[in-house]
Amino acid sequence: MTDQQKIASDPADDSSPDDSWEVAGHRFTSRLIVGTGKYKDFAQNAAAVEASGAQIVTVAVRRVNISDPGQPVLMDYIDPKKITYLPNTAGCFTAEDAIRTLRLAREAGGWDLVKLEVLGEAKTLYPNMVETIRACEVLAKEGFKPMVYCTDDPIAAKQLEDVGAVAIMPLGAPIGSGLGIQNQVTIRLIVEGASVPVLVDAGVGTASDAAVAMELGCDGVLMNTAIAEAKDPVRMARAMKLAVEAGRLAYLSGRMGRRKYADPSSPLAGLI
Amino acid sequence: MTRPPALSLTVNGDQRRTHAASIADLVRELGLAPQKVAVEHNGEIAPRSTLEAVLLADGDVLEIVHFVGGG
Repeated sequence: MTDQQKIASDPADDSSPDDSWEVAGHRFTSRLIVGTGKYKDFAQNAAAVEASGAQIVTVAVRRVNISDPGQPVLMDYIDPKKITYLPNTAGCFTAEDAIRTLRLAREAGGWDLVKLEVLGEAKTLYPNMVETIRACEVLAKEGFKPMVYCTDDPIAAKQLEDVGAVAIMPLGAPIGSGLGIQNQVTIRLIVEGASVPVLVDAGVGTASDAAVAMELGCDGVLMNTAIAEAKDPVRMARAMKLAVEAGRLAYLSGRMGRRKYADPSSPLAGLI
Repeated sequence: MTRPPALSLTVNGDQRRTHAASIADLVRELGLAPQKVAVEHNGEIAPRSTLEAVLLADGDVLEIVHFVGGG
């Protein structure tokens, strides 16, 4: 059953003022998840997160800087008690690397909600689905709740669900490309077939792209570069917040049908 | 009593000599807060609750990680 149908059959269900969503038992009101990479500095990053209204941020796991341990760290600027940290496995090209990274992440933060991504090659950063599904299965058995970056393949999406993915996160275009949602048909198919939340992860370049993703019925959108590489990241973060909300409302409203030709909005009767 | 000889460790890929007894001692020696990092000790996760208790041995390999910005 689509969200639109739910609204029609049970107005009290999804039309509550907050229109919140749930992933693996965690409830959020914001449907925008933002990354924390590529910003000029931590202060700008924190301001953009604030403006975006995001309640979840993705973070990477890396070696500490032993030579200069006094440097400021992300946690000094974005409080993990207020904003949910979603540790990712960016940069991992095998299931083993991704599993190792998330085991460390769980120890660093205590979270079981994680973002799994296993990349296939550096040029496209396209997911390696064989490794991704394998890693997802292991992680789920270890009690993790993997939200999974994946190809826009509806069959692979079902396979991920079968091995314990708590959210399906297909790309709309290559990571960091800002090309917009290039695969509206397959994203829609994934949304229709999924029984867990679907979020577009990667590909958004500007606000209208985020709205498109939401109009397709996605539960949320994850982005980093579109905000971080905007000339004014904080303002763009707000634009994305509004676009996600607008796209969600448009989806729930049910868009008008498409016509091949014009249809006047003013009555024809009574013309002088 | 003479001081025990320094241990030779591999920390985040670099050789390091230390007199730290436990993993937590080593983390503090590096200027880091044990509650803000995660540690892999000879390929196994060292649970945070055990960092004070786990003693280091010559030749140990450690990875000390934390969260950084990422997408």
